[in-house]
Amino acid sequence: MLRDVDLSGYEKITAKNIPWEKFITSGHRACQGCAEVLAMGMVMKAAGPETIVCNATGCMEIITSPFPQSAWSVPWLHVAFENVAAVASGVESANRALERKGKLKKRPKVIAFAGDGGTADIGMQALSGALERGHDFVYVCLDNEAYMNTGIQRSSSTPYGAMTTTSPPGRKSIGQHTWKKNMAMIAAAHEIPYVATASPAYHLDLMNKVRKALTVEGPAYLHIFATCPTGWRSDPAKSVELCRLAVQSKVFPLYEVVGGRYIITQKVKKPKPVTEYFKLQRRFRHLTPDSVEYIQKRVEEEYARLEAFEKATAPLEEVSEPSTES
Amino acid sequence: MGKRVGLEVSLAVAEAVKLANVDVVSAYPITPQTHIVEELSIYVANGELDAEFIPVESEHSAMSAALGAATAGARVYTATASQGLALMHEILFIVSGMRMPLVMTVANRALSAPISIWNDHGDIMAERDIGWVQIFAENGQEALDLTLCAFKIAEDKRVLLPMIVNIDGFTLSHVIEPVIIPDHAEVDAFLPPYTPVLRLDTENPVTFGPVGVPEMYTEARKQLEQAIIGSKPVVEEVLDGFGAAFDRHYKLVEQNGKPGAKTRFVTMGSLGETCMTAVDELVAEGQDAGQTRIRLWRPFPEEEFLAACAGAERLVVIDRALSPGAVCGPVASELKSLFYGRPDAPEIVNLVAGLGGRDVTVREFKEMFAMAVSGKLSGNYTMWGVESHAS
Ligand SMILES: Cc1ncc(C[n+]2csc(CCOP(=O)(O)OP(=O)(O)O)c2C)c(N)n1
Ligand code: SF4
Repeated sequence: MLRDVDLSGYEKITAKNIPWEKFITSGHRACQGCAEVLAMGMVMKAAGPETIVCNATGCMEIITSPFPQSAWSVPWLHVAFENVAAVASGVESANRALERKGKLKKRPKVIAFAGDGGTADIGMQALSGALERGHDFVYVCLDNEAYMNTGIQRSSSTPYGAMTTTSPPGRKSIGQHTWKKNMAMIAAAHEIPYVATASPAYHLDLMNKVRKALTVEGPAYLHIFATCPTGWRSDPAKSVELCRLAVQSKVFPLYEVVGGRYIITQKVKKPKPVTEYFKLQRRFRHLTPDSVEYIQKRVEEEYARLEAFEKATAPLEEVSEPSTES
Repeated sequence: MGKRVGLEVSLAVAEAVKLANVDVVSAYPITPQTHIVEELSIYVANGELDAEFIPVESEHSAMSAALGAATAGARVYTATASQGLALMHEILFIVSGMRMPLVMTVANRALSAPISIWNDHGDIMAERDIGWVQIFAENGQEALDLTLCAFKIAEDKRVLLPMIVNIDGFTLSHVIEPVIIPDHAEVDAFLPPYTPVLRLDTENPVTFGPVGVPEMYTEARKQLEQAIIGSKPVVEEVLDGFGAAFDRHYKLVEQNGKPGAKTRFVTMGSLGETCMTAVDELVAEGQDAGQTRIRLWRPFPEEEFLAACAGAERLVVIDRALSPGAVCGPVASELKSLFYGRPDAPEIVNLVAGLGGRDVTVREFKEMFAMAVSGKLSGNYTMWGVESHAS
């Protein structure tokens, strides 16, 4: 179902008005070059102080909250690994009831963070339930493509061919042998008002997607790609570059699904080969040229499918109008 | 003054939750809990109860959403049974560890396999160590009254712990009984609005559920232990306060039969009422029979229990749950450790009875009494009724 979503209320972030204030303070215990914490910081900058954060178990929870310290300057809640969407449902519902009963002045925004494991695997049921029930919150999946907190085990978001500690390459194995689960499209299939993919290498794009996600009434889902130098065996200094290369090689396309309409927000005109992206990390080093070729082909197919979705869901007048480009 | 009506016990519990003015109810259906939450969803739908009803997709999420709502500062209620309680298991520790005063009804039901929707205490006995205050109701009036008390106990600043009110599935939950429903004004006077000590507040941000490093985990658990031990006098105080306000009086441990009887049954939950009839008949027949009913299960009311059983030479402990491979049933095991090393320790005769909804009749209680007195029930425990079926 396509439907109109009102995004007029959202305040755009530009290079000139990026908020100075940070809500995850420095001194947290993330590894050098961790793109998850980088992305989370950007999300919080865009969200601002009137926000309650719920955090699933995983790297981001552990590195920001060893008692008696906390890197959070907004109210923050961690319960367990698989249930952050349910926890956020409760927070959001309570706020709604308390506001109605005059016990809460203004309903704060609610953001739920989870890793790819906490989202695409064990937390999928709670997420699906919360999206289907229509709670007004933003769910952010920080996708570093494996269970990093427990030591780099595969998840259903680990890409084909990648080496992890539970998808080791060997005589009878290529490493991860399934294709990455398409979580953003699974979320979009719930017909929620707003879904987007984002990358900390495109920080304004990311922050504006957060703003849009917070603007819509009802659930919104953000899938953020994030390099983990520890798990990917990559140079911490190259994390942002890797995030950018994933987009430029079409491995991780950036798009929005607004009211069911797909919009590619970072068109890749001159794609880089996947090898350029693979080169900077060791988790793909064992791949044979054949495997790389297979991956290259499949990446292109997936991107073409996304373009087809964009075309198929574009507003009617745009499709019927002849192109003005020569 | 309240009014006396004939009401299904589940609906009486829902009535209590409504009278408690809860802000959020999150729940997932499971027999025999369903009537409670169905009724609550009707109240919310027709505006009788101003609350959010979250129809979650599982019990794991029911407990997770309830915890989220409680940290946001709401008064929260949920209910479950059996497999649902087992699915919540992981989160139950987190709720008590975070000291959130949730109230939950467990309509006790046997666990699979084989699947059984009928009553026993197997579900709740698997949750002995979760750090929740746990109480057992024996009849419909108690189910309603204890639910109201549960909010007051849980939210007391000296307690701040979640609380379970156990009602036996079907034998209580689905039975229509005469019940006095208190007035809203009376309940409001007894149960003040909930004011959380800490909540998720953007003006005063706090961190809930951080990582507990080895240097502080033990201390945090110690605080939880102190809280639950310290809840006992508060439970007593609230029950006494309830008695003063509503003239219905509840004790942590109750007794009946012959005072100072040498042979006493120990029961928990609705079987206690059947046992009571048997004991009354035994006493009328001139037997030296008594009964001790445990109402508060966690924290275990040690002194009260010892006082109630003073002078007993034999306790016939009825366990409505099997702990496979253990020395005895869970209640008997609790009592054996209570009496260990005490010179006045009675003989503990343990019967595992009434599993999966099996009836235990007045006649059977009298049979148990006769066998226990004549020393025919030896060993650590006897699974009651199995032999008779096998033969
Ligand atoms: C029920 C349960 N199973 C397993 C774990 C162990 N565990 C904690 S975090 C984690 C993996 C987290 O991976 P992900 O969600 O991808 O986040 P990341 O650490 O990579 O940011 C696992 C398996 C747990 N905490 N709870
Ligand atoms: S292991 Fe990876 S995701 Fe976790 S903190 Fe380190 S860099 Fe970040």
